[in-house]
Amino acid sequence: MSDRRPVSKLVWPALALATVLAFNALSSPGFFHVELRDGHLFGTLINILNRAAPVMLVSLGMTLVLATRGVDLSVGAVMAIAGAVAADLVVWGAGLPGVVAAARGAALVAGLFNGLLVARFDIQPIVATLILMVAGRGVAQLLTGGQIVTFENRAFEFIGGGFWLGLPFPVMLTGLTLGGLAALSGCSALRLFIEAVGGNATASRGAGVPVARVKLAVYGLSGVCAGVAGLIATSDIKGADANNAGLYLELDAILAAVIGGTSLNGGRFSLIGALLGALVIQAVTTTILTRNVPAELTLVVKALVVVVVFLLQSEPFRRRLAGRGGGGR
Amino acid sequence: MKRPRLSANQIPLAATAGIALLLYGAAAVRYPAFRHGGVLLGQFVDNGFLGIAALGMTFVILSGGIDLSVGSVIAFVGVLSAKLLAAGWPPAAVIALCLLLGTAFGAGMGALINLFELPPFLVTLAGMFLARGLALVVSTESIAITHPWYQAVAEWRFKPSAAAFLAMFVVSVYLAHYTRFGRNVYALGGNRQSALLMGLPCRATEVGVYAYGGFCAALAGVVATLYFASGDATRGVGLELDAIAAVVIGGTLLTGGVGYVAGTLVGVLILGTIQTAITFEGTLNSWWTKIAIGGLLLAFILLQRWLQRRAGRAARRTVALSAQATPPTVPMARGPGRLRPGPTRPPG
Repeated sequence: MSDRRPVSKLVWPALALATVLAFNALSSPGFFHVELRDGHLFGTLINILNRAAPVMLVSLGMTLVLATRGVDLSVGAVMAIAGAVAADLVVWGAGLPGVVAAARGAALVAGLFNGLLVARFDIQPIVATLILMVAGRGVAQLLTGGQIVTFENRAFEFIGGGFWLGLPFPVMLTGLTLGGLAALSGCSALRLFIEAVGGNATASRGAGVPVARVKLAVYGLSGVCAGVAGLIATSDIKGADANNAGLYLELDAILAAVIGGTSLNGGRFSLIGALLGALVIQAVTTTILTRNVPAELTLVVKALVVVVVFLLQSEPFRRRLAGRGGGGR
Repeated sequence: MKRPRLSANQIPLAATAGIALLLYGAAAVRYPAFRHGGVLLGQFVDNGFLGIAALGMTFVILSGGIDLSVGSVIAFVGVLSAKLLAAGWPPAAVIALCLLLGTAFGAGMGALINLFELPPFLVTLAGMFLARGLALVVSTESIAITHPWYQAVAEWRFKPSAAAFLAMFVVSVYLAHYTRFGRNVYALGGNRQSALLMGLPCRATEVGVYAYGGFCAALAGVVATLYFASGDATRGVGLELDAIAAVVIGGTLLTGGVGYVAGTLVGVLILGTIQTAITFEGTLNSWWTKIAIGGLLLAFILLQRWLQRRAGRAARRTVALSAQATPPTVPMARGPGRLRPGPTRPPG
């Protein structure tokens, strides 16, 4: 366990995903069947990828926030705001670039609002993002006039339902976002700064890291990721539902990041791990749904998985486990 | 030393009371019907279950934690009660079972938080999913309650919702300000390290706090079941946020250790007044409630932040001044003598 190289962190989520997939492969033949139809890939695996796209996107932003020892509870509300802005503009007749830019802009503003509260006013992240979690859905309802704004627009529907290079477009969007964030954190000192801020904000400030600006940046990025996820959700159902868009998604995103090896105590993170984590969650959900288990049980199972995963991350629990099974290790 | 700190703690409560009076006054001027006493009483009836949940939340927040599971527990209690009553259980047994389950649920979350040092918001978020999921497993559809006792109680002259809220308020004030448990909760929220070093029973206190929160949530569920005369698995979505908002608007610091139970009562009444006023206005839609609550929440958190910073500066100034003014031998001579009877040896 002393090995902290990024590769070793990915083993656990990969193993979890492999277990879930193997279980499915053994119990339902044809699970891995993927076929090419009209140049589009179809199959359960592709379906899982597609369904997991919003959680994957949100968990990418969440990972960066968690790495600075923060948390963003407002992602669901930000998704609703972005969706509402997009739907309003589509109905109003704006072009696709304008719609996308406006929705992402609104999400960025929402994220920066969180960042401002956390970085400038030094408010605890849970509390700061709670404000937008409460008020954000109100703002989204205000934008949609309390209705579910529906629309017919082929160009915009492509975001959630289209295919590009054989893969569903949401999956490609997730890949592009991952690439962008990885490049941003890999080719600059951002990764180092984020990990430094999460490890010890006071020491980082002493070492000259612009702590406030790093925090502002991660909350802004989290907002934008949630905004893109909101675009996908809105395009997928061809309407903006201010009440239900992204409801309870924050827990999934946090869970995905933690399964992926990002520590809740800040200081280390893995973007690819977060994607794997989101896939694990979606694979479990799909498994439950395809097994004719009542859909209500999904929440119960998820809650139990959350507790187990967090227990495994907890230092006292590990100590206790190691103490009891001392002979094994 | 004691006077200025006390007044700094009381500023948020004073601000809350001022805002409550202002809001009520403005509403009374704009809508004459607001002057009717029934509207005020109606707030206790309509917000009874929110209020009870918020009272439990006050303790959790005072201890430095947070409980996101209350809305789901309310829903779970509702469907479970409806299901058991339909199966022929007597109401007293149903209510006792619900309260017991809620308390055990809260205690379980508290134990996870304390034993394994997990963040409270994550454990209670999982609890929120678990309770909501269990509620849906019991029944995905709303179940009406036709039991004669439930119908009789709902027609009492003094509404059970308001009665339970006021009774729990009295119990909570007593618990917070007049018992050892209450002192320990404040100490735990104020500074966990110090509380541990003082030898306070931190584990029992933390588990107790969440158990009380769970009990309050379950009681809120019972009250809501009486109020709506039905059980619904989708009830109380987002109620935890209203409860937290009521506590924070009531002047309790989210960092723990500072606040009053009475503030939560005022906070609930403020939320109720906003809701009623927006209903009276007619042209304003329900989402303005959310935006108004969010805005108030923001204002109060910024106010608290400002007060904390001011208090921090004042404390530093006092320390610097006393260091300059008094010869070093005096505090050393006085130090141990003052410490002994005080915090090092807590009663019990």
